[in-house]
Amino acid sequence: MKPPPHGLPGHLIDFVGALRKHQVPVGPGESVDAAAVMSVLDLMQRDQFKEGLAAALLRRSGQRAVFDTLFDLYFPIAIGRGSGEVEVPWTEDGQVDLDALRDLLADLLRDGDDDALRELARAVVDALGQAGSQGGGGGAGGKQGQQPNWSAYQVLRQVSPETLLARILKDLMDGNQDSFAEEVARREIRQRIADFRRMVTEEVRRRTAEVRGKDPVARTAVPKQAEQVEFLSAYAEQLTQLRKTVHPLARRLASRLAVRRKHAKRGQMDLRRTLRRSMSTGGVPMRPAYKTRRPGRPELVVFCDVSGSVAGFSHFTLLLVQALREQFSKVRVFAFVERADEVTHLFAPGNDLATVMSRVLREAELVTFDGHSDYGGALASMVEHWPDAVGPRSSLLILGDARTNYRDPNLAVLRRLAGQARHTHFLNPEPRNQWGTGDSAALRYADLVPMHECRTVAQLANVVESLLPV
Amino acid sequence: MSTDQSGVPQSPQFGSVEDVTERLAGVGYLASTACATTVYLADRLGKPLLVEGPAGVGKTELAKAVAAATNSGLVRLQCYEGIDEARALYEWNHAKQLLRITAGQGHEDWDATRDDVFSEEFLLPRPLLTAIRRTEPTVLLVDEMDKADVEVEGLLLEVLSDFQVSVPEMGTITAKRRPFVVLTSNSTRELSEALKRRCLFLHLDFPDADLERRIVLSRVPELPEKLCDSLVRTVRVLRGLELRKAPSVAETIDWARTLLALGLDTLDDDAARATLGVVLKHHSDAQRAAAELRLN
Repeated sequence: MKPPPHGLPGHLIDFVGALRKHQVPVGPGESVDAAAVMSVLDLMQRDQFKEGLAAALLRRSGQRAVFDTLFDLYFPIAIGRGSGEVEVPWTEDGQVDLDALRDLLADLLRDGDDDALRELARAVVDALGQAGSQGGGGGAGGKQGQQPNWSAYQVLRQVSPETLLARILKDLMDGNQDSFAEEVARREIRQRIADFRRMVTEEVRRRTAEVRGKDPVARTAVPKQAEQVEFLSAYAEQLTQLRKTVHPLARRLASRLAVRRKHAKRGQMDLRRTLRRSMSTGGVPMRPAYKTRRPGRPELVVFCDVSGSVAGFSHFTLLLVQALREQFSKVRVFAFVERADEVTHLFAPGNDLATVMSRVLREAELVTFDGHSDYGGALASMVEHWPDAVGPRSSLLILGDARTNYRDPNLAVLRRLAGQARHTHFLNPEPRNQWGTGDSAALRYADLVPMHECRTVAQLANVVESLLPV
Repeated sequence: MSTDQSGVPQSPQFGSVEDVTERLAGVGYLASTACATTVYLADRLGKPLLVEGPAGVGKTELAKAVAAATNSGLVRLQCYEGIDEARALYEWNHAKQLLRITAGQGHEDWDATRDDVFSEEFLLPRPLLTAIRRTEPTVLLVDEMDKADVEVEGLLLEVLSDFQVSVPEMGTITAKRRPFVVLTSNSTRELSEALKRRCLFLHLDFPDADLERRIVLSRVPELPEKLCDSLVRTVRVLRGLELRKAPSVAETIDWARTLLALGLDTLDDDAARATLGVVLKHHSDAQRAAAELRLN
């Protein structure tokens, strides 16, 4: 590793630049604070230094994961293999003793000793992590000159920590038959194993960054903030993260709505009533009267594609709708794939959000033929079976990617529905430049009703906020 | 350096991060590294500390502990919807002013009366002004900042960056000694960037297993260590489930007290089933936890 050109301050600026590149807004003021932090803290205490920088640079908690990953890349815990007390056991002929290693790992996982586990991860990656070499002869001695290629997959395949679960559990339970205690222990061990996997991955990332430089690693490895994750490409873990943001988001939207209602009270002057009042003061308008806006009782009709292709998006949005129910006097929710079915009853308040979606898919009649989404057919069945669902006071919200699988988009029905409703909005989780490509009828629908791009939670929050009635 | 922009003298209370940890522990607050480091920096750099995090992790307690550890007086401003200048900063004592004017009628000219009624004697200081004027060490706690309206944030900006308050009739009152400021927020709304910029940010999360064990034991000393261990482990597993309200440290402590009161010394199936309601406050959460942890 080369020393950075401007010493420690230069390195700090590079780090700040990397944060900005990953959508963490850090101003120059924060950089100055960070430098002040550096000057009063003991830099040899890595934990304190890390927390100090976080306190000066971050402004909300969702940014922490990005910060942690980048910090480990810019201020690595060690260079090369480092030195630790935990060592990988070797056999006499210079091979890694896998059985002994797994015993050691099992013991550490059982005791939950995080520091020792981290050191073991470091040692294991050093011994087993070089792709191409078959587990032995690694370390400092082996291949000089040739650039090593580090692989987390190779380490985890050989050590396979998952297979230790049953063994550790047996150890821990020690003949105890309590199913509750066993379940708690199982989840705990599973969590520790996941943590160990993460440590190995981080370690591999650090070693790779030493070989290839920080920037390429940062580009691929830094996790996205929950608000920036795209619905359509999110994986299970990110979706769980997203679901956790539903309630805070709903609360935030609701409180903003309340503020807007309050401001809306100072409305326009009501000339008629002002003049009427001025009668008692001899025609001089002493007390002006303002128009009071009646709080609307908006009805929301949500028409939602729940087919597999948009699963992440529709799940999240329905959860948000459920959380926002307090704000609307009436919400009706229709799900569709090939045909539509009403699922409002499943969204009763207090129902567990996570199970609602699986019940929607299990209990509603959504499929007639092959289980691919059919927008035209679904719109038609909605108008046929629930002709009174959309009225002059309702806002219609259509959620989906408008991919009709080359079937008739049925524009006439949508035009009629849009004519009946007070507002109609189409939320599309696909990027705008893919609208109208392939079997997407997005552009044709967009001619009839306003269509919004909703790829991330941040975009969705913006759209929902601007749509919420005052 | 941004430390002395305002020119208000301030003497650091803590010598090092370890010193913070030790002295906070001395008054019964066990702080994590993140927490101790940030408190140390806030003290050293003279910046306000913005603490965010879920309910029940000890945000308000932190301010109280800092006050106790440094022998400072605690001035608390509890925010709520609709709080305004008169509640946060200062107010004129109208009734007393009227009395004064009536008493002076007849034998005093107007100019003297006017100068007199807008003086120190008729000023009712509210928390922010109180904190600024105190000469002894002070911890100013602005609690649940997110509940207050956006306008109040503007009010705070002057106080937090320059440590001064302008009273039009009397002039500007500048702090003689910089208070240690702690703001807490449950993040029901985003605080403005201007306010966040002036603060050091601390996200206070649930403590790690070891720390939580020590916290529970320090609060409920008569709890057997083995039971404490399984309690903390169980609560951590519960936090991993997707619940509407994850159990906080306060709930772990409640649970410990409950088990003690019931005379239970292990957390087995029956004990867990009977007392799960102490930690899970929503019916749907309790159902979910019972199903996932095989309590049914």
